[in-house]
Amino acid sequence: MTDDKDVLRDVWFGRIPTCFTLYQDEITEREAEPYYLLLPRVSYLTLVTDKVKKHFQKVMRQEDISEIWFEHEGTPLKWHYPIGLLFDLLASSSALPWNITVHFKGFPEKDLLHCPSKDTIEAHFMSCVKEADALKHKSQVINEMQKKDHKQLWMGLHNDRFDQFWAINRKLMEYPAEESGFRYIPFRIYQTTTERPFIQKLFRPVATDGQLHTLGDLLKEVCPSAIAPEDGERKNQVMIHGIEPMLETPLQWLSEHLSYPDNFLHISIIPQPTD
Amino acid sequence: MPSSALWAVDLFGRVYTLSTAGQYWELCKDTQLEFKRVSAATQGCWGIACDNQVYVYVCASDVPIRCQEEAYENQRWNPVGGFCEKLLPSDRWPWSDVSGLQHRPLDGVALPSPHWEWESDWYVDENFGGEPTEKGGWTYAMDFPATYTRDKKWNSYVRRRRWIRYRRYKSRDTWAKIPSKDDPKQLPDPFNDLSVGGWEITEEPVGHLSVWAVSLQGKVWYREDVSHPNPEGSSWSHVDTPGEVVQISCGPHDLLWVTLWEGQALVREGINRNNPKGSSWCLVEPPTSENGIMHISVGVGVVWAVTKDRKVWFRRGVNSHNPRGTSWIEMVGEMTMVDVGLNDQVWGIGYEDRAVYFRQGITPSELSGKMWKAIVASRVCDRSHSGSSSSLLSAGCFFGDEVRVSGDSCAPSDTDASSEAERPGPEQPVPAESPESPGNSKGSSASGPGTTKTAEHALEGASPADHTPGPEPCPGQASTPAELPWTSVDLKEPKRAPGHAAETTGLSSLEMLPLGSEEPYCADDHPLWVWVSGGGCAVEAHTVLKWFTAQSGLSSSMQTLSLSITPAQTAAWRKQIFQQLTERTKRELENFRHYEQAVEQSVWVKTGALQWWCDWKPHKWVDVRVALEQFTGHDGARDSILFIYYVVHEEKKYLHVFLNEVTTLVPVLNEDKHSFALYTPERTRQRWPVRLATATEQDMNDWLALLNLSCCESRRVLGRPSLQAIWSITCKGDIFVSEPSPDLEAPEHPLPCDQMFWRQMGGHLRVVEASSRGVVWGIGYDGTAWVYTGGYGGGCFQGLASSTGNIYPQSDVKCVYIYENQRWNPVTGYTSRGLPTDRYMWSDATGLQECTKAGTKPPSLQWSWVSDWSVDFSVPGGTDQEGWQYASDFPSSYHGYKTMRDFVRRRCWARKCKLVTSGPWLEVPPIALRDVSIIPESLTT
Repeated sequence: MTDDKDVLRDVWFGRIPTCFTLYQDEITEREAEPYYLLLPRVSYLTLVTDKVKKHFQKVMRQEDISEIWFEHEGTPLKWHYPIGLLFDLLASSSALPWNITVHFKGFPEKDLLHCPSKDTIEAHFMSCVKEADALKHKSQVINEMQKKDHKQLWMGLHNDRFDQFWAINRKLMEYPAEESGFRYIPFRIYQTTTERPFIQKLFRPVATDGQLHTLGDLLKEVCPSAIAPEDGERKNQVMIHGIEPMLETPLQWLSEHLSYPDNFLHISIIPQPTD
Repeated sequence: MPSSALWAVDLFGRVYTLSTAGQYWELCKDTQLEFKRVSAATQGCWGIACDNQVYVYVCASDVPIRCQEEAYENQRWNPVGGFCEKLLPSDRWPWSDVSGLQHRPLDGVALPSPHWEWESDWYVDENFGGEPTEKGGWTYAMDFPATYTRDKKWNSYVRRRRWIRYRRYKSRDTWAKIPSKDDPKQLPDPFNDLSVGGWEITEEPVGHLSVWAVSLQGKVWYREDVSHPNPEGSSWSHVDTPGEVVQISCGPHDLLWVTLWEGQALVREGINRNNPKGSSWCLVEPPTSENGIMHISVGVGVVWAVTKDRKVWFRRGVNSHNPRGTSWIEMVGEMTMVDVGLNDQVWGIGYEDRAVYFRQGITPSELSGKMWKAIVASRVCDRSHSGSSSSLLSAGCFFGDEVRVSGDSCAPSDTDASSEAERPGPEQPVPAESPESPGNSKGSSASGPGTTKTAEHALEGASPADHTPGPEPCPGQASTPAELPWTSVDLKEPKRAPGHAAETTGLSSLEMLPLGSEEPYCADDHPLWVWVSGGGCAVEAHTVLKWFTAQSGLSSSMQTLSLSITPAQTAAWRKQIFQQLTERTKRELENFRHYEQAVEQSVWVKTGALQWWCDWKPHKWVDVRVALEQFTGHDGARDSILFIYYVVHEEKKYLHVFLNEVTTLVPVLNEDKHSFALYTPERTRQRWPVRLATATEQDMNDWLALLNLSCCESRRVLGRPSLQAIWSITCKGDIFVSEPSPDLEAPEHPLPCDQMFWRQMGGHLRVVEASSRGVVWGIGYDGTAWVYTGGYGGGCFQGLASSTGNIYPQSDVKCVYIYENQRWNPVTGYTSRGLPTDRYMWSDATGLQECTKAGTKPPSLQWSWVSDWSVDFSVPGGTDQEGWQYASDFPSSYHGYKTMRDFVRRRCWARKCKLVTSGPWLEVPPIALRDVSIIPESLTT
């Protein structure tokens, strides 16, 4: 008997095996060995790469080190996207481990945000959580929480403590018994094929006739190009956490179980691999 | 409108009618019988009783049901003596029927059944062809058989005359058993279902009814010749079916549908006035292939069905020309059965609450109606105390009818009492009756005006051993300042077991004994129905009914009961997500497990300010800081330590508990504090658990859930309990589960139960019964049966300590008992002034604790009162009319009548309280149970 709770655990403990290599043009004192790591899908790159940084800094001169940034096959990796999203969006069709190139120079100012410290990540993470709750509960739940609860959410993510995080996060996932879902579903839809970073709109989990909206309903409404035409072949994959949920899946359920810790459903639309 | 009534059967087989003009269910007079099925028509009702015999209830009317019997006296002329009885050998019988083929002596004509009586004796029909014969009724002919004439001619060699006698049907307004002995074809097996209809097919004979029945073997039978003059019909004839039939429904006109065992339906075709039995069957598939049809009911032009998943369906396009209809439409609501009555109106019995629902808004243009509305009419006995007091609900539970009658009216006459006794109220010993055989309950319902119901209670309620004060649970105990009040919570009973080893072998029997005496509570807040028939109930769209408002406040809760719709738990999308996540983990992790983790596991500390019941004297609550530290071992196992920091003599100290040593975590909710106790083997031995209290209930639940999760993690007990898990119940009703270890019953070192780890499950039960196959049942204090759903958590365990699904609300009701004690003195009689050495005048059962009405609280914070105090008449030993029990002195054995030597008396007051929680339990309606046993199938089969 599988329980919906197990989905939360599976989502939280999702790991991507990653091979970090130093960019070839970086100046090193000796050869830099690649560094292998299991990255938590739900976390952020700059939050979990202290070891990587330390590893490569050992072979470099102090003066050659400026802000670290990552890149995969030429695309700079936005640290403020969850790791799982970056992988699904950019590398889900390539072989494992995921190859990430580490840079210490030439920060791509127009592509990436600076990340001077973990406080920046915390601020970004908490602002996402608050935005999501504004959509879900008009901010009522997050505002009722104490400062220490907010801290516990962040520390749960920071320290990869599932229990610690969910002890608080479950309150964000509740909704009034008289409703059949959140007010709006916090979601973001990403496509590699467009310039626009992501699509985010107001979308309710329940239709006016009381029917539960599904993932398919959402895509039809906000991103019709993602779904195949009635007769045509499927051109795109709709991916969350490395899986492709059926379009019949109720959106409310997805939001409760497949949201990232920032309480958003990050949905990747990627071209169907042609193999 | 004497006969326009809805018929229904309650859970206990009692038949009630609800008049369209009335607002109370009235019990059918014949209380000797319990019924399974009824099917009503305007002129009466047919039913199958629990003896599997068919009964008919014919309503009384001004027109008598009478039937003429006739016989012919035949004579032949003889040259010697003229006409005489001596006939030729080739002739007919001297006494015969009209055809002459059957011998029919007058004294041989018997009544067809005991339900008939003769109106008068035989007499000669003096008339022939409408004119008087004047010759003693004789008619003449040349020979048999021939045309008879009035006049005697020269060639009149034979003559005959007609004798007449009338019989009258006498068994009206009562259940009359359909005789089976006269049937030419003895029925092979008992009946299972029955339906009457067909009264619109033909007017000849008057009051024609098509009565169809299904036997347990699945055969269909038709009762021949049922009509107004012959209400019992004549015989059963078998109608062939292509499959095994389980249920049948016959509409007022020519519709007849049956349900097959496999879940399809059969439709009878070719029914018409010349052939009411029809000619052929045709098959109709169920609405969905996975859930077959369970029940069908048809009207003039409608068919309603209930499938095995309790869903209700309406058949579109049904009419005389197309009895099969065209397609199914799903309706809202979950029902156990539906019944189509007159004017195609529909009634049903709700699956969840077993209430009778009426389909509102059915008109000729809208045959499927608009909505289900619960009928909340109270039963006729509820009316008698509707104005009495606010303690109605509780009073009903403990008052026998006889007692109340004598209490209400000053001088009850015998006739009053007997009429009252004829219709036992719904609150009579309902649960007590159910496990008994029908024979026993016959005895109880036939109790005369003099017999006391309480005596019966005493006999079946509790054995004499239950009455000894020792093991009796005293509700007041919880609030007493005993030295170790909370050690009585759970492990006290098990500890005591070795000392009593000679008497009882198992823990459970020790627990059960005192609990048995808490029985008198009986749940009958609203009636539970099993069958309804509207075939005699004339309701039209505009009819104003008074059925939907509660008259006494007893049933108001029913109106708010909504019909739930079961969600599809095993949706394809969910399965796919589970499956894909598993595949993803395999794909992304399988070959890379040797990779380093990006985030090192660190210690997480939850801290809080709690109160601790300190270890030293004087024991009191002291403020402490509490910290829970978790760490992950090298093998990935997690362990936790609970630190309790306290200050004694201005010196900071702490104690700690390894959570992998904790055996039980128990919420303790008495003393108005939200607290819990942690037991380890050592602390159990010392009888001194770590007891902590939190400021709020939410805090306690958080801590309990967290500590419980930590304990489970350190013991690697996750998810639902295994099939072999050991289940137990504390004396407070909390539920615990322990996973058996291989060495549990090792011969050298058996693991004592105080060293086993007991994990709490949500919910509240009095009895739990598990089997090695994972089937677990429980019974609440109110007798409700519950089945384990496979979930875990619930109750105070929320969030991660609880499974997402399979947790449902649960409630339980029990009674708290206190005693009013009085002593007799020569001046004022019995008063509440006792001797200085006497017990409290308001006390618990032992008399040692003072328990006043105002001061007695519900057993714990979880419970709240739901009734007022009322006298309990059902105590062992019996009581007088005011509930008093007499004795020579305290403490003593009490009896229910006063003698010269009695100087003290006491009476028991009861008050109901209710607990609402949640847990992995689903109610198994509708019968209240006392005990349950599960025997798994043996592995070989």
